[in-house]
Amino acid sequence: MDTLVSQLQRQFRDYTISLYHQGFLDDQFTELKKLQDECSPDFVAEVVSLFFEDCEKLIGNMARALDQTGNVDFSLVGSSVHQLKGSSSSVGAKRVKGLCVTFKECCDSQNFEGCVRCLQQVDIEYKSLKAKLQDLFSLEQQIVQAGGRIPQVDI
Amino acid sequence: MVCEMETDQIEEMDVEVLSSMWPDDVGTQADNQFNVEKPAGDSDTLKEVDIAEKRTMADLKRLPELLNTTDQGSSQLTNLVRQWEYMQDHAVRLLREELKILTRQREEAEAKELKIIEEHNFETEEPENVPVLDETSHLFRRFRQKKRDELVDSKRVVIDEEFDTVAYWKQKALSLEKMLEASTERERRLIEKLNESLKTMESHSAPVEELTQNLKRAEGFLHFILQNAPIVMGHQDKDLRYLFIYNKFPSLREQDILGKTDVEIFHGGGVKESEDFKREVLEKGKASKREITFETELFGSKTFLIYVEPVYNKAREKIGINYMGMEVTDQVRKREKMAKLREDNAVRKAMESELTKTIHITEETMRAKQMLATMSHEIRSPLSGVVGMAEILSTTKLDKEQRQLLNVMISSGDLVLQLINDILDLSKVESGVMKLEATKFRPREVVKHVLQTAAASLKKDLTLEGNIADEVPILVVGDVLRIRQILTNLISNAIKFTHRGKVGIKLKVISQPSFASDKEQNETSVWICCDVYDTGIGIPENALPCLFKKYMQASADHARKYGGTGLGLAICKQLVELMGGQLTVTSQVNLGSTFTFILPYKVATSDDHSDDQDEFSDMVDHHQPEPDDTTEGYFQFKPLLGSIYSNGGPVMSNNFLPHKAMLTSPIKLINGSVADPSNSSGQSQTVQVENGGYMDESESAHQYGNGNGHRCPSKESESCSSSQASSEMESELTVSSPREEEKTETEVKETSQPKILLVEDNKINIMVAKSMMKQLGYTMDIANNGVEAINAVKDTSYDLVLMDVCMPVMDGLKATRLIRSYEESGNWDAAIEAGVDIKTSENDQGCERSTDRLPIVAMTANTLAESSEECYANGMDSFISKPVTLQKLKECLQQYLQ
Repeated sequence: MDTLVSQLQRQFRDYTISLYHQGFLDDQFTELKKLQDECSPDFVAEVVSLFFEDCEKLIGNMARALDQTGNVDFSLVGSSVHQLKGSSSSVGAKRVKGLCVTFKECCDSQNFEGCVRCLQQVDIEYKSLKAKLQDLFSLEQQIVQAGGRIPQVDI
Repeated sequence: MVCEMETDQIEEMDVEVLSSMWPDDVGTQADNQFNVEKPAGDSDTLKEVDIAEKRTMADLKRLPELLNTTDQGSSQLTNLVRQWEYMQDHAVRLLREELKILTRQREEAEAKELKIIEEHNFETEEPENVPVLDETSHLFRRFRQKKRDELVDSKRVVIDEEFDTVAYWKQKALSLEKMLEASTERERRLIEKLNESLKTMESHSAPVEELTQNLKRAEGFLHFILQNAPIVMGHQDKDLRYLFIYNKFPSLREQDILGKTDVEIFHGGGVKESEDFKREVLEKGKASKREITFETELFGSKTFLIYVEPVYNKAREKIGINYMGMEVTDQVRKREKMAKLREDNAVRKAMESELTKTIHITEETMRAKQMLATMSHEIRSPLSGVVGMAEILSTTKLDKEQRQLLNVMISSGDLVLQLINDILDLSKVESGVMKLEATKFRPREVVKHVLQTAAASLKKDLTLEGNIADEVPILVVGDVLRIRQILTNLISNAIKFTHRGKVGIKLKVISQPSFASDKEQNETSVWICCDVYDTGIGIPENALPCLFKKYMQASADHARKYGGTGLGLAICKQLVELMGGQLTVTSQVNLGSTFTFILPYKVATSDDHSDDQDEFSDMVDHHQPEPDDTTEGYFQFKPLLGSIYSNGGPVMSNNFLPHKAMLTSPIKLINGSVADPSNSSGQSQTVQVENGGYMDESESAHQYGNGNGHRCPSKESESCSSSQASSEMESELTVSSPREEEKTETEVKETSQPKILLVEDNKINIMVAKSMMKQLGYTMDIANNGVEAINAVKDTSYDLVLMDVCMPVMDGLKATRLIRSYEESGNWDAAIEAGVDIKTSENDQGCERSTDRLPIVAMTANTLAESSEECYANGMDSFISKPVTLQKLKECLQQYLQ
């Protein structure tokens, strides 16, 4: 049992580190983790799932806005991008945030092609992050189930 | 070429003989099979055919010998011979038929002649007429003779006949003679022909040439088929020495192989096995197949499917083996891979099902735990409301009975609250979500504080003492909240079970204990041993093992007598272990118990007071005037009423204020606290004075603090508690505004805190910021845009506004401008002008601070549109760059709320 726990813990640590190294996450995510222990044991998961809901909604909005051929309201798209950027930076979704910066530039320069491309990338990026975080949470769960403690991962 | 073979019966037979591993119906499909196996090799194959003979290697001298002496060999020869014989038979039959035809023709001719002679027979009566004929044609004469013999009757007829003229008869005889001659001539020619054909038949009869040809074709076919096949064939004698090999390994010469055994030729894995296998076949006399993997230096790792059959001579004696090996390395590898995959698959499937099972079970467990936590959490809020209300009620005028009832209600409520807190703590520790903080703190102060707190609620004749060894560092790093929690728990436990004597805490530095792992060993870390001792009832030895178990108490009697949840020690133990330490207990019945916990701490490098501004530190004794307090090693709190309560100041931080006492000296309090709420220096003194004033009436309040040290630890600071006290007093004096009265206990507490407004539209950011605030010990209001912010600022007096810049409806810059404009002008005209719907509110508290400048801190995403210059230009005081971190927020709050 102990070996299972330590194996899971190592896996968790490696996975977390890999997420940071691959640029999926940044320090802000660490901040979030710090916040999780007062009275809200699921704080990170809650915030993150809120974030993904937000992503889905905003991406939907942007896609609709960009779908108005010839009559794209770039400021509308831009405000959604801004929202997304704020959210992603708050949860430490580094890649999404980075894409949002480019996306915003495309919006500002009314570059339709660029916007569409960015939108697609953001969509891919947030989904892959979602999958990865789900993995991470399930690992956490497994550790807890196996009776272990979630290790502190120093990045 | 292939077609030729196909139709040639002999060739087919040869194929059958030579490749017995092929299916029986190979006959006409040989061509197809070939094509299937090597679909693209037609032209190549033909090219290869030319060099086939060169590549083939055979001991040609011995092969015929072998063929002659073995069964297989002779059967082949027999076949060939049989075939030849069959052909010869056929030829003979043809010739015979021809002969028959000729004979029949001759018979016909003879019959015709006879007829002629018959017609002639009367001529016999005058033989003188034809003497020439008789003489010249002996044959004719003979015939005539014969005819005469045969035709005795006709003679008579001839004799009876009459002749016309001699000339006529002569002429007729001549023509007949000619016909006879022609017939004779034909007969001669036929005989010649017969002779000729007999001659040719003789020349055909030599079989060697044809056999050779057939053999050559057979050989050619075999080369053609086998030259590229991954097949090695050989014949070995009884001693397993090679006599013949086909398709040997290219780098080996003929002489390297012939006459040698496998073992002599190859070295490495599998060679011995194959040799043994051959020997086995030889011994058993039964052909068999086996797969052998060779691992030789010569050709590396290769797997061969080997077929070995014994060879007999005509006397049915074994003379050796035929051996055929087909390289199947790839197939074997594939097969093994498949097998492995299949196995892996099965294993994975098993694991998956196992995992799903585990997941299912653990999910259930988690859900149950989560539910417990949620329930506890959910219960706590309303319950704290109930208790809070009860406490407020207790400050009103009540008769004695009512007060008694209320006290019971409050203490019961408090107990439930504590139980819930314990459960929450425990589930946090168990699920691993509890994380440790590393903060600087002063161990002496912690001990003192804990003792003070305990002393304040002490209802017994007990001495509380603290004793800290000199070598204990003044400043260490650790999770002070948890350590305090442990100490408080142990102390309240000790007090609970001690009726006279003393209860104390002893701190000393020890060397690294044996249970500590090496990696924890650190230059800067120090192990401090903390004893919490008492002179109480003690614990019987048999109860010790279950002492730290959840919901367990030493005995049912104790549980009845002393109450409690039985969770306290379990939590302590878990916390200590979480921090890498150890909690032990020694006890003697009726003499007392000592709980000892050993924990590692990092020694803080600096004990500079200014460094110790950590929000989490509950130690703010540097506000206190005593200069030697940080190094003092001994505290004592004796049960002399005055001294207990004069040291009981910090008890006030436990939310339960003895309001009644305030009535006795309200003016003093207002002077001390309310007049200058931001000035924390000298606060404790004020509080102490106040405490001194109400000590007689405050008995009922003591129990509230019992065991509650960890209830709101992070916010516990004297400045906090005193300002809280002042606000409570204020409300008391003003006979409470309705708003205040409706608030529950926790909310009452909040009112004492700085009021913070967060203006932010992104709900994720709100969630994060809120959580950070909570951790820093603050709560805050939320506005979602500039308009909401203005309305909020109008209605409530805030101490700090955190303002997002980019927001819908109205951005932060504009909102800030409008707020500033209000501060200058004292009215909201600018805002109304800007289209903000200013709601009128009966609560006009905000107006009072119209002259103060409200600190507004921008939260920028660091984009060009949100430059710091612009923030300042619009009246903001500072800015935090997003994303907001705990540290940034802390610094900001420190700057604006101190």
